[in-house]
Amino acid sequence: MSDTNLTDSAPVQAPPGVVDCDIHPTVSAMSDLSPYLTDRWKGYMREYGANFRAAFANAMVYPRYNRDGGSRMDARPPSGAPAGSDLPFMRQQHLDPNRVDYGVLQPLRPNGIGARNQAFGESLTAAVNEWQIGSWFGPERRLKGSLMLTREDPAAALREIERHGANENFVQVSVLPHGLEPLGRQRYWPIFEAAAALGKPLGIHVGGVSGMAPTSAGWCSYYVEEHHSKCEAMQSLVTSMVIEGVFERFPKLRVVLVEGGFVWVPSLCWRLDKHWKTLRSEVPHLKRAPSEYVREHFWYTSQPIEEPEDPRHMLDAMDWVGWDKILFSTDYPHWDFDDPKFAFARLRLTPEQHRLLFRDNAKNLYGLR
Amino acid sequence: MIAPEKMETVLSLSHGAIDCDVHPALANTDVLLPYLDDYWREMVQIRTVENLDLNSYPPAVPLSGRPDWRPPRGKPGSDLGLLQRDALDAFDVRCAICNTLYGGPYLPNDDFAAALARGINDWIAKEWLDRDRRLRASIVIAPENPELAADEINRVAPDRRFVQVMVLAAGERPLGKRTYWPIYRAAERHGLPIGIHAGSSFRHPPTSLGWGSYYLEDYVAHAQAFQHQLLSLVAEGVFVEFPTLKVVLIESGITWLPAFLWRFDKTWRGIRTETPWVDRPPTQIVRDHVRLTLQPVDEPPEPARFERLIDHIGSEEMLLFSTDYPHWQFEGSDVFPAGLSDQHRRKIMIDNPLQTYPRLLEARQEAVG
Amino acid sequence: MPQRYVVATAGEIPVGGSKAATVAGREIGIFNLGGEYFALLNRCPHEGGPLCKGRRTALFESKRPGTFTSSRPGEILRCPWHGWEFDIRTGRSYCDPDKVRTRAYAVTVEPGRHLVEGPYTAETYSVSVDENYIVVEV
Repeated sequence: MSDTNLTDSAPVQAPPGVVDCDIHPTVSAMSDLSPYLTDRWKGYMREYGANFRAAFANAMVYPRYNRDGGSRMDARPPSGAPAGSDLPFMRQQHLDPNRVDYGVLQPLRPNGIGARNQAFGESLTAAVNEWQIGSWFGPERRLKGSLMLTREDPAAALREIERHGANENFVQVSVLPHGLEPLGRQRYWPIFEAAAALGKPLGIHVGGVSGMAPTSAGWCSYYVEEHHSKCEAMQSLVTSMVIEGVFERFPKLRVVLVEGGFVWVPSLCWRLDKHWKTLRSEVPHLKRAPSEYVREHFWYTSQPIEEPEDPRHMLDAMDWVGWDKILFSTDYPHWDFDDPKFAFARLRLTPEQHRLLFRDNAKNLYGLR
Repeated sequence: MIAPEKMETVLSLSHGAIDCDVHPALANTDVLLPYLDDYWREMVQIRTVENLDLNSYPPAVPLSGRPDWRPPRGKPGSDLGLLQRDALDAFDVRCAICNTLYGGPYLPNDDFAAALARGINDWIAKEWLDRDRRLRASIVIAPENPELAADEINRVAPDRRFVQVMVLAAGERPLGKRTYWPIYRAAERHGLPIGIHAGSSFRHPPTSLGWGSYYLEDYVAHAQAFQHQLLSLVAEGVFVEFPTLKVVLIESGITWLPAFLWRFDKTWRGIRTETPWVDRPPTQIVRDHVRLTLQPVDEPPEPARFERLIDHIGSEEMLLFSTDYPHWQFEGSDVFPAGLSDQHRRKIMIDNPLQTYPRLLEARQEAVG
Repeated sequence: MPQRYVVATAGEIPVGGSKAATVAGREIGIFNLGGEYFALLNRCPHEGGPLCKGRRTALFESKRPGTFTSSRPGEILRCPWHGWEFDIRTGRSYCDPDKVRTRAYAVTVEPGRHLVEGPYTAETYSVSVDENYIVVEV
């Protein structure tokens, strides 16, 4: 850690024109979604809920440290509503002081993506999308939406793209990494085809409930393990999409991995390339080394940023991943939030690196002006 | 064929090294019949278990046998003479540790699994260790019944040619779980490191995202399995409970390690009270207790980057020389990646293995029994 | 030259309580631990989180996996963002006590009759000779 942080001088000024690629809005109560649900599904939601493939009806298997799904302790608005549910407070606490020009919404709670009743999942997901319009990027032009899609029901996903794909305020379509099968499997390809045709990136935020253990060796004990397992899952996700040949079939598809880290990307690429050379007879559909697909098709949000003791190590990793591929994100209002004033301060970025990371990469990728 | 002048380079480069990972292959389960008691001999003969090759290493897959190391017939690694010629002599090693990869110990029937593990240990002692004084071995155990596994460690450990205890990287539960502690208690008592070898018994899908399509995905995913095993071992406090225990990650790849540790340290800072016995940064614990075998290195194509990675790892005590014979990880004699200093190479070949495996320092003892 | 600032009356912060005060442009948290007062800069040295909004806990430790000990109740401050723990008595972090610490300020309790003689700054207080005051040196 840098001793420069010990200073008690006036607070550092946020850099201007930040694009924050990971902001979590949530509902103050489930009734916020009522305007967008039929009576049938309102009743279903009240009585049965999403019925995820997990032990607890209303809690996470690995309890977080802070309330509101693991939110900053200071992120509840004065009304006491859940962190992330109050737009004026979000403006006051985050968008204004952190000089956010654009923020990309990642609505994870509630979500219908992992609902076992697929008809309910489709309706709830559609409601969450309507609610993004009505309560978030409708009233606040700095916010942009992620069009949430039910990946296990690609037909429903295509209907949702039909409904809202053209809305320019949905800057990406989104699925979650954990589902019934690895995302590269062909059952999911209709979603990729639609995303590529739409010309919008596919945003994949860590999460999803698959019913499978969070590691290939079974159920771990602790949140610290589960937290990290999300990062391993992203490594598996890249592997799956590349090896299955998704990018041979959809060469225009662009994928953003959100909150899954990126410092692991170089090692994964070296490993993929090395063993692909040995095992390429198994995957003749791959015309290029796996790392080339990764380099061309994946982007990564920055939070939670790693903090190696030696800042040069971080700069190495960012050099190797590519300065054009990393998108700044805060994860507001969650506890592992990265503050744009501090998160990269130790690295002493060049003005160009700074501009790419905090603003230009995201603007280019999402077509923001 | 290696040209004679090239061969001399090999001799000087790895002369006197300790090869910490070679794989003698069991032709089939019948080979174990002389080492089983009546009941299990009958079971092996009447039940169709003659071939229990692990799905992690099917013998015909290119990775399982380097083309120039494959025997004219039979499985790669099944011929002592070839192992002597292509591994022990070609790399001019002082000794080599045999890690037998076979599925028998991973049968779900605890007693059957334990009987086959016993058979494998007696077989490797008689048919390999007795026939070349340079060979050492890992004790094979059936880990899912830890009490029986500890019995086996106690039974075999008096034969000082067994220098560690080996398990696969993905089994029923994460390896830090207290369920497995009888294994570590026995290993620590006998001064034996725990070797975690790449591979899965597939009690769970090969990644937390589910079952992929290709062997290449499975093989790449071993690196993620090792990441969560390190998380588990540290978070569960294995190195607090067993302060002298060493763990060797075998065939794990090595370049993922620094990025993994950066994040582990960061998360620990925030939620260390979940596992308050972890009272110092995970990186320090891992540097003290964990070692990794060299091959497959999964190195970047640019040697300068590999040099940076060695700096990221931040310790010259962690890597152990290995050829991974007969697995296909490198060509010719290029067992060392470019970018290692002479001093570091010597440590990898000799000093680090001797530090890790104290039994290697002992005078050669004849077979017990 | 450090300046002395009156930030509260002695009775104002109960045992186990705290108060945030802005002194010379800095936000500072003043804590009452069993009648002793301590002051920390209200900014986490990590990413600037407002420390005073964090939870005050005991020091939780363990000698052995599966065992849990608790000591010094209320003396550890957990940052409301990333949860890093700080010792209220010293400002030092648990995770890296030598390198990661938040600034701690000297605090004294002084009778008003001394204070009226100066030098001190009371940005929000008019000091009365009959009361005791908490004074932070910044």
